[in-house]
Amino acid sequence: MVTNVTNLGRSGLYDWIVQRFSAVILAAYSLCILASFVMNPDMNFEQWSSIFENNAMRFFSIITLLALCAHAWIGMWTISTDYMTSLQLGSSATFFRIMFQAGCVLLIAVYLLWGIQIFWGN
Amino acid sequence: MLVSIYRYNPDTDEKPIMQDVEVQLPEDKDLMVLDVLALAKQQDPSVVYRRSCREGVCGSDGMNINGNNGLACITPMSSVVKPGGKLVLRPLPGLPVIRDLVVDMSIFYKQYEKIKPYLINDTAPPAIERLQSPEDRAKLDGLYECILCACCSTNCPSFWWNPDKFIGPAGLLQAYRFLADTRDTADVERLAGLDDPFSVFRCRGIMNCVAVCPKGLNPTRAIGHIRSMLIQQGT
Repeated sequence: MVTNVTNLGRSGLYDWIVQRFSAVILAAYSLCILASFVMNPDMNFEQWSSIFENNAMRFFSIITLLALCAHAWIGMWTISTDYMTSLQLGSSATFFRIMFQAGCVLLIAVYLLWGIQIFWGN
Repeated sequence: MLVSIYRYNPDTDEKPIMQDVEVQLPEDKDLMVLDVLALAKQQDPSVVYRRSCREGVCGSDGMNINGNNGLACITPMSSVVKPGGKLVLRPLPGLPVIRDLVVDMSIFYKQYEKIKPYLINDTAPPAIERLQSPEDRAKLDGLYECILCACCSTNCPSFWWNPDKFIGPAGLLQAYRFLADTRDTADVERLAGLDDPFSVFRCRGIMNCVAVCPKGLNPTRAIGHIRSMLIQQGT
């Protein structure tokens, strides 16, 4: 068993379930947005804004944003531990991997906070 | 016929080369790749490869044949080379080369050792043997036949990238062989040892292992069963 890992849930099963559950949320949200475009093909900005003034839609959007963040972190962590190993990058692999992962965490945090500000801000 | 063979001696060579050897094949026979390799070795006795049983049981002569992993002894020439084509032989990918077509399989066996490939049962043994019903015994079909030739694991990108952490399809097929065995009582411990992000969950289900298994086994299905058992135990 591989221990001391920096993945989201510290367990392979947990990450696997979160990855799939978050994918379902993302798919549902995408369909919801797509449906609003299909049902209202001539939508203007005011109508588009009014969709997100509804609290239910705001909650759904925030949950989707959280799902996107979890999904992105699990995916990027997996990619970095697949391709940025000592087999490919030699002794500097750990440094590059940690830098890459730190960059991902920072970017995801920025998108999360920015998203919350967009959905709940004035 | 032209046979192109991977030649490399890490002690003396800077880098590997592909050596072409001209071999005369009998016209009325569909030889196995191993027979052709033996003819090539007659031309150049310094070619090194493993082989033993020459009937697909020992798993010694796993190699990359015209781009696909397989056992040289049970792979007919007609299945890998078109008329007028060339036979290209390389070592199993992803493992360190000891010499020519011989690879160091230590990491492969280390992963196999991790899954504890033996029955664990702490209950008192019966007088003769632990019995199984025919139905329970049938659950092991498609699992116990693995000969550990490493064709599957060395065809798996996840194993190439993390050979020290991902158990690989061969090891996981055997892991499920013991999880499915009704005589084994260590399911909880076995599953706990597999519940990390690498051991099982690096399998992406691309089924390269299934495509090349010389025994026609299905490690991807076994990995799916392990995943289901982990979900049942962990949720």
